[in-house]
Parts: sequence; C-alpha cells; structure tokens
Amino acid sequence: MAEHIIELQNVTKYYDDNLVIDNVSFYVNKGEFITFLGPSGCGKTTTLRMIAGFDLPSSGKILLNGKDISLLPPNKRPVNTVFQRYALFPHLNVFENIAFGLKCKKVRNTYENADGKSYTKTERLSKKEIGEKVKKALALVDLEGFEKRSISTLSGGQQQRVAIARAIVNEPEILLLDEPLGALDLKMRKEMQLELKAMHKRLGITFIYVTHDQEEALTMSDTIVVMADGVVQQIGTPTKIYNEPANTFVADFIGESNILTGTVVGEKRVKFCGKAFDCLDLFERNEMVDVVVRPEDIVMCPPEEGTLVGDVISVVFKGIHYEITAQVGKYELVINSTESRSVGERIGMKIAPDGIHLMKPKYTTNVFVGTITKRNTVKFADGEFACDVTQLYPGSHLDAEEYLITETGEKIDLTDTKVRVEVGLDDIEISDDQGAGGTTGRIISIIYKGDHYRLIVRTEGEEEEDFVFSTDDLWNEDDLVSVIIPKEKIKLSLAQTEEKKR
Amino acid sequence: MKIPHFSRKTLCIPYAVFLIFFVIIPMLVIVFYAFTDKNMHISLGNFIRFFSDPTKLSTIVYSLVIALITTVICLLIAYPVAYILARSKMKRKFVILLLFVLPMWINFVLRVNALRELFNLLSSLQGMDWLASSNYFKTVFGMVYDFLPFMILPIYTTMLKIDPSLYEASRDLGAGAATTFLRITVPLSMPGIMSGVTMVFLPSMTNYVVSDMLGNAKVTIIGKFIYEYFGTDWHMGSMVALVLLVVVFVSTWLTGGFSSEENVRGANL
Repeated sequence: MAEHIIELQNVTKYYDDNLVIDNVSFYVNKGEFITFLGPSGCGKTTTLRMIAGFDLPSSGKILLNGKDISLLPPNKRPVNTVFQRYALFPHLNVFENIAFGLKCKKVRNTYENADGKSYTKTERLSKKEIGEKVKKALALVDLEGFEKRSISTLSGGQQQRVAIARAIVNEPEILLLDEPLGALDLKMRKEMQLELKAMHKRLGITFIYVTHDQEEALTMSDTIVVMADGVVQQIGTPTKIYNEPANTFVADFIGESNILTGTVVGEKRVKFCGKAFDCLDLFERNEMVDVVVRPEDIVMCPPEEGTLVGDVISVVFKGIHYEITAQVGKYELVINSTESRSVGERIGMKIAPDGIHLMKPKYTTNVFVGTITKRNTVKFADGEFACDVTQLYPGSHLDAEEYLITETGEKIDLTDTKVRVEVGLDDIEISDDQGAGGTTGRIISIIYKGDHYRLIVRTEGEEEEDFVFSTDDLWNEDDLVSVIIPKEKIKLSLAQTEEKKR
Repeated sequence: MKIPHFSRKTLCIPYAVFLIFFVIIPMLVIVFYAFTDKNMHISLGNFIRFFSDPTKLSTIVYSLVIALITTVICLLIAYPVAYILARSKMKRKFVILLLFVLPMWINFVLRVNALRELFNLLSSLQGMDWLASSNYFKTVFGMVYDFLPFMILPIYTTMLKIDPSLYEASRDLGAGAATTFLRITVPLSMPGIMSGVTMVFLPSMTNYVVSDMLGNAKVTIIGKFIYEYFGTDWHMGSMVALVLLVVVFVSTWLTGGFSSEENVRGANL
C-alpha cells in the first residue's frame, strides 16, 4: 500500500460565516500527481492554501506523514507553492528569487573535532552550495544563464519557470501548484503541461495541482479530486472520472455529455428517450435515474438499424471530429463522430451497454425550512411566499380574521411556526421581473437534460438557499432572476426537526 | 465647420511660458544676485562671507539636525501605522487613515498656534516649567505633528500596492515573520519611504513658522535666514537660497530620488 503523505480528516473551513469547505476527507499518496478540479469558488484553492498553511481549517485535521500539521505556520512545513500569478519578488533578480528559500534554510552538519569526536552544528547553507543548487534548478527549468536578469524583463512563460525553480530548489516533499498555467497562452500551456508532468517523473515528489481546466486535469494527473460547493464530488483516476462519473455534476463538468432522465425498467435495463436500453448499472426497478451518455458513445447507423431514430439539426466541425446534434422526438442528443452528416438527414443511433451510465439523481425535490408569518405567508430562502396554511391541519379552514380553525374548531395563531417547505422540481418558474416572485437569486448552474434544462438558482440573501428545477427556456448563468412558486405548489408540513435537508 | 486642432507642440506652449517665467528666469535672477555685490559687480564675496561666518554655518548644521531628527521620528511613527493599516482587513481602516491625515486639512498656522497655547498651558503646571525653555524640543514636536501625514500617506500607498501573495511566498519559502518584514516589506516599501522622507525633510529645513512660533524665535533655521536677508541684503539671501538648493539636490541624489526605475514603481520626489 502506498504511503499517505497528506491526509485531510473532516476538514471544514468558514470564511467569516461562509462555509467554503464542508467536511472534506481524502488522502494523497506519496509521489503521485493529484489535481483538485472544479469550477471557481468550489473550494479547491482554499484546500490547497490549508495544505500550504496560509489558511487554517476551522475544524478537522491535516496530517503530513501521519503527523498533525493543521496549525503549523507555512515556513515550518516541508511544502512549497507555485503561485497563481507567480508572486516573484520584483526587487530581486532571478538568482536572488530562487536563492530566497535556500538562504532561509538551516541544515544540520556533522563534523569531527580534533579528538575524533563527531558533533553536529546547525548552519546556514554556504554561498557555494546555494550557487550550485540555484544553477541546477535553473537547468531543470531550461533557464541557464538567466541568474542576473531582473524579473520584469522576463516573459510570462519564463516567470512561470522561475517560480517553479524557486519552489523546487528547496527540495519540498510536496509541490503545490495553484493554477500555475492560467496566465499562459494555449500553446505555451500545452507545452508546460507536458514539462510539468516530465518534471514530476524526474523529481519523484508529490505534486498537488489546482485547476478549473478539465482537459489539463485529465492530461496531467494520476488522481483527480473533483470538487463543487466545498464538497468532494468524486476522487479517481482520469479514466475512471471520465468513464464513470459519480453524478451529473461530474459528468457535465468533465467533458461533454448527454444527461437525460430515465426510468429503470428491468434488470440492467433502462428506458430513456422513449426506448429501452441494456446497461451495466444495477438499480431498483421503476427507479428514476439520471442517464449520462458521452457524445462519442452514440454510434450512428442507418435509420432502420438504430434503437433511436432522429433528424440531424446541426453539424459543427471540431477538427478531429464532427459534433452532430440530432433531434429525437422532443430530445436533443449530441454525437461526436469522425463521419459527417448533413443537416436534415434522418439517422439511426445505437448505444452500447457500457456507454450508458446511470446515477441516482442528486435532486428529486427542494426542501427548505421556513417560518409562517403573520399574513399566513411562509418565509424561506430569503423571501416570502403566499401559501395555503390549511394543509398543515387536515380539515382546517381560515376564519374571517384569517386565523386557522382546525377540524375540532380550535383557533391557532400560526405566526412564527417552523415548517418544512417542499417544492417539486417542475413547480418553480423564474422571471426577469425581479418583483414577480417571492425571492430573487442568481443562476449558478445550468445542465442540459436532452429536452429541458436543469437550473440551480441560489438566493442572494443571508440564507443562500438553492432552488433546483426544470425549465424549457434557456437562461444564462449568473442571471439575477425572481423565483415564482404558485401558491398551491408549496407543500407545507410541521417541522419535526430544525435540521435542513435537501 | 472646422474643428480646431491642437498639436501636442501647441499645447506645450502655455507650460513652456510658465516654466520660463516662473522657474528658469527666477533661478537665473537668484544665481545673478548670489554672485554679485551691491554695485551689481560680479563677485564671490557672498560665497566667501557665507562660508567663513561660523553663525551661518552653524545655522545650516542646526537646520540639518532638526530636519533629520524630525524625519526620523516621523518615519518611526508613520511606518508601523502605514504597515498595520495597509495589511489589516479592517472594514473601516479608511476612517483611521483619515483621522491621521485630517490635520492636514486644517489651517497650518491655526494648528501651530493651538500647539503653542497648549505648550504654554503645560509649562505653567508645576514641575513642567522645563518646557518653557525647551525650544528645540517644542520645535521638533511641532514639526513632527505637522509633517506626519506627509510621511504616512506615501508609505501607506506603496504598501497597499505590494501584492499580498509576496508575503505568502516568503513564508512559504521558509522565512519567518521577521525575515519576511526585513527582506520583503521594507525593500518593497522603499519608494514610499523615500518620497515620505523627501516630503518631510525639506519643509522641516525651510518652514520657519513652526520654529518661530514654538521655539520663541530662539531657533533659527535656514528658511528663516533667507527670509530675513531678503529684507536687507538680497545678494546674501540669494546665496543662502542657492546653498540650500545644492544641499537638497545632493540629498535627493544620495537617496536615489532621481533614478528613473524607482519612479516607475512608486511615487517619488
């Protein structure tokens, strides 16, 4: 079994009152190239900063080689960082930048005195040793002879190399890289990806890499940690993450995919787009599932041979392949193929069992904790909605003063009653008109599900609740919208516990 | 309709006129007066008289010492303030900065007057009578009080411009808090220190209002000297002004204020 060089145990991090890392646990094997991958704001950089020591976890432990380092300052940790915008010292030249860490370092040397007894002394590195190490580091990043150059005269790629040299010259046990290639142009980035990978092989140390670029993660990593919303979504090898995504988020984030809603109709059989398919995943019969099919797993064939039949509605040339979109009934499917088709052509489609991935849907309904207010409205998710409070007590009705009268004639003042609010995925509408609904929020996620979009709207107030729902209309991410829920679609029940569930 | 077009050259003309009439010609006049005698004959008399007169030389030295002490005290007070304010994540740090800088917006003479009254009041207290005769102390105190904002502001703005990830990089490479301060913070805030020093050092050599009002006119600084000579002897006054100019030029040159690279990175001069 490989050694765990870093292990995170139930790490949680709050910035002020915002939860950015939510109870994350995982380990990193010694010598591996591991990548934290996720959209911006998913907590990947914060996780890296906690390993470096710039941020301390609010709770939980970080172990390095089995020892708790959670509270150790960064200068006492055997890790070095390559920063996002390099953070090279502008007042020092290339040599001085790279030598900075070496000059801070103290080493124990053993000597023999005149009597032949050995003794150890803690000393700083000599000028000669520093010079040699810097030279070696510069050679490693192909910048021989750049010692005297000032930082401002270097190109972005050269600064990047100096930043890497400055970190690895200290011979850290772990090299942390925080989106180091983000500022480079595409060609340079591809080159550096391969160089970093080669460097990882040569140095044999652990690399922890942070990026939002899924292709970069797939190219370079031994292991990928996919993060979203401060939670680890999936950990695995690039192949595993790509071929067997754990949920629709991972499927959508890594590569292109067709994400559809299906029903399990038998053992290893699932129905979607109106047709039944053989698949490899075992689920309960009649269970609703999310179905993920990669565009390259849909094989085109003559219409009479296909399980699915549809019409080509668009063809886009992508260099190595064509991206063909076909309309199948009310669903749209994306196909990647080296063969082209023409728009309007009728095609058949087949999907092999191993091309179909089933997963439990992440959201089946929206649940909130709310409070009934004076006007018999319910307050939740940073807003207030009209609702039917009589559903809380079967057989009850409202009297003229809007007080609730139960079946037995009891009069109840519901003000400040805690309730569980449930709203179905199809019962939410959004509007541009900010006053139209009970609350407003921003669209934080849009996933196309073949015939509709699955949107997540996060409210902007203190509660920051998420609404998940389906819509036929295309919206833009980050749009500020008003959330409308019809009165009769808000299901209330008396809250048993105060715990929030989704 | 033709739109009037001004070339860059045409736009320069007003400034050139200004510079000629208010900088170059006056300079030439001062040089002319400094090296002529009362009959407008070219002479080195003023030069020789100035440098052979011990009182004049000692005044120059006094001015330099007072200015130096003022500058050092201002720097010692301003640097921590600027450092803490620039690095803190406080939401209202702007207000605190404003409080430090606010005196700048109140009439200078009024402030010095108030300080004098305060000193008078204090020295009338028992055991505080030493204050009445400590003219140098009061002068330096007044100057520090007056010029402190000019030291805080440039240092604060340079420190704000330092990328916080540089501190993190330094810690990451194994430097402790003290090493980071000495090897990252101080060198990178040097342009701010330099411009603060220039903005405090020069006025404290020439601004004789403070020394007059707080030092009971017992403290004579070089600015006072120039002022007095222009009442009686323009030629000698011009010579003193010229000597001051040379002193300033040399001290600016020594602190690296003319190097163009520094000007790119932070405000200087």
